[in-house]
Amino acid sequence: MLQINNLVVEIEGKRILNGLDLSVKAGEVAAIMGPNGSGKSTLSYVIAGKEEYEVLDGEILVDGENILELEPNERAARGVFLAFQYPLEIPGVSTMTFLKAIMNAQRKAREEAELTTPEFMKRVKAAAQELHIDQEMLRRGLNVGFSGGEKKRMEILQMALLEPRFCILDETDSGLDIDALKIVAEGVNTLRDPARAFLVITHYQRLLNHIVPDTVHVMANGRIVRSGGKELALELEASGYADYREQAA
Amino acid sequence: MPAVQETVERVKAIDVEQYKYGFETTIEMDKAPKGLNEDIVRLISSKKGEPEWMTEWRLEAFRRWQTMREPKWARVNYPPIDYQELYYYAAPKKNPAPKSLDEVDPEILKTYEKLGIPLREQEILAGVEGAGSRVAVDAVFDSVSVVTTFKEELKKAGVIFCSISEAIREYPELVRKYLGSVVPVSDNFFATLNSAVFTDGSFVYIPEGVRCPMELSTYFRINERNTGQFERTLIIADKGSYVSYLEGCTAPARDENQLHAAVVELIALDDAEIKYSTVQNWYPGDAEGKGGVYNFVTKRGDCRGANSKISWTQVETGSAITWKYPSCILRGDNSRGEFYSIAISNGYQQVDSGTKMIHLGKNTTSRIISKGIAAGRSENTYRGLVSAHRKASGARNFTNCDSLLIGDKCGAHTVPYIESKNASAVFEHEATTSKISDDQMFYCLQRGLDEEEAVALIVNGFVKDVLQQLPMEFAVEAQKLISISLEGSVG
Repeated sequence: MLQINNLVVEIEGKRILNGLDLSVKAGEVAAIMGPNGSGKSTLSYVIAGKEEYEVLDGEILVDGENILELEPNERAARGVFLAFQYPLEIPGVSTMTFLKAIMNAQRKAREEAELTTPEFMKRVKAAAQELHIDQEMLRRGLNVGFSGGEKKRMEILQMALLEPRFCILDETDSGLDIDALKIVAEGVNTLRDPARAFLVITHYQRLLNHIVPDTVHVMANGRIVRSGGKELALELEASGYADYREQAA
Repeated sequence: MPAVQETVERVKAIDVEQYKYGFETTIEMDKAPKGLNEDIVRLISSKKGEPEWMTEWRLEAFRRWQTMREPKWARVNYPPIDYQELYYYAAPKKNPAPKSLDEVDPEILKTYEKLGIPLREQEILAGVEGAGSRVAVDAVFDSVSVVTTFKEELKKAGVIFCSISEAIREYPELVRKYLGSVVPVSDNFFATLNSAVFTDGSFVYIPEGVRCPMELSTYFRINERNTGQFERTLIIADKGSYVSYLEGCTAPARDENQLHAAVVELIALDDAEIKYSTVQNWYPGDAEGKGGVYNFVTKRGDCRGANSKISWTQVETGSAITWKYPSCILRGDNSRGEFYSIAISNGYQQVDSGTKMIHLGKNTTSRIISKGIAAGRSENTYRGLVSAHRKASGARNFTNCDSLLIGDKCGAHTVPYIESKNASAVFEHEATTSKISDDQMFYCLQRGLDEEEAVALIVNGFVKDVLQQLPMEFAVEAQKLISISLEGSVG
């Protein structure tokens, strides 16, 4: 589903990704682990299409189509979803309003009919319940005054409603207590599907106890330096990243 | 979000060069010669069939005006206006005034249609009973009121809603008593000019204890090339009465700048309330900033009676230059003034707008919520004055002034003046300036919104507090207009 070949990326003249190769199949949950500064978040932003990154070489194929030339919203319409490490606040725009706008924008881009209000309400209600999000929160300005855990749950709520085909979770576990972590992980696990792929970016192994990956990739200095099964995460937890820093250097 | 959806479609359909309302209607005009002198003033007065006292009133204003200079303190720049190059009188030719819609020039009706004057109003114009909401329209086509509707029903309630010309003829005592009593003839350069040459506008009188049974609405439209538009509006709410008045405008595209200098006077007596809402969408000029409307307006309300209330709400999106400060004089004890404003500038637009709250009576309160949005290469200034007179004990004001910048070539400025001569007055002022951040944009885009949808959404969130003050259907139109105005502000 996702195929990245020889991706080279710079920001302000500084090289962050250095010939990265990665492949994720439909139905697969792939974890990316690595020390701080290894380029994990950059990878997620470049896939989603953030502007300030300069792609010098390589390609990102989603279902065989190179998405590098597409606008972020066009990538979103093709099913790319990024759950942000730090979700943004939009004051004055109620969460409900925002949810309806993004769902209909994607439907429009795919030439589907807009959701009726009752249908929209039904979907939001069901998804919110699953993530323990109460109605009061949906009436508030998007992410305004939300706790760290609430923001992360809101990201997963949007993911559930948009039904993307390729989901990136960028450090979704950061700032979560164990209860919130469980809720979020459960939300992600319900979305696991043979037609959907996940890229779970995390610094710690902890999240992977709850979202059990099919594959684990270790990233250092802008490329994947080792790949394996879920046991690789446990090994990292025990030995740390020190070896990989040296290896990449 | 259907409103945003629709907005986006409208935005897409619009091109700055082909301003949607940029068309002209070809109707023969009855026009006075160019320029301004006492004869022109007399001509206007006689065309209107005015009594002698009115002619004198105008002449006095004209003489006064000749001694005055254009104010230069606002943060706006424009080439000098040659007042002798303008026409001061133009009336649609098919006089006398039509008795029914069938008699109205079909070209004019077509203009309304193109303007998208919500033709629930046209239904109402056609007299379809119970069609949609109840809005009475006093449609101003260039300078002369063409159709006034719902008159009969309003009459039953004792409400007078007619053109100012008609009021001068039919209700001279009321006009004589109140005209110029809030904005004196000598008030300022533009108001004085207006006093000399105003050609039409609306007159409203709500009798004691009457709650006006419907919202009153006027659509303005500038149509004749080089015709200065000088509207004069006078609204009087007698003791214990209530009225909500809506004003909305659009204008056709043209090369020469169009001058507009309106005067609006509101008078609220004891326990009366006036709510005045404006959506202003005059031609802002082309992509280079050429040809837009110059809007120099004097709007002032007088809370003359105790416990009276005047509330201004404005959505300003159009005009090349906006010079406008709807104000409240809080004369009556316990009176209240409110000002809610959304001022949007894009392209090369220049906005200098704000309000004055003059606290004279005891325990008077005022509230100012101003949202300025600057995009493109525009300049957007909030200029406000809150003052408490020596005797205004217990005066209270709350001001909140927020500016939002889109892009890095525009400017937002806040110039608040606060003067308190009474130790018990409490004035609060809050102000913020923010930018739509790249991260916010990226977040919205990542979820599938395109750039214009994202800006529309963020901006609508920013102005929400003010939009809520508008009557429901007006708010929907305003929301669309806001998004249209910001077209091309990103990317």
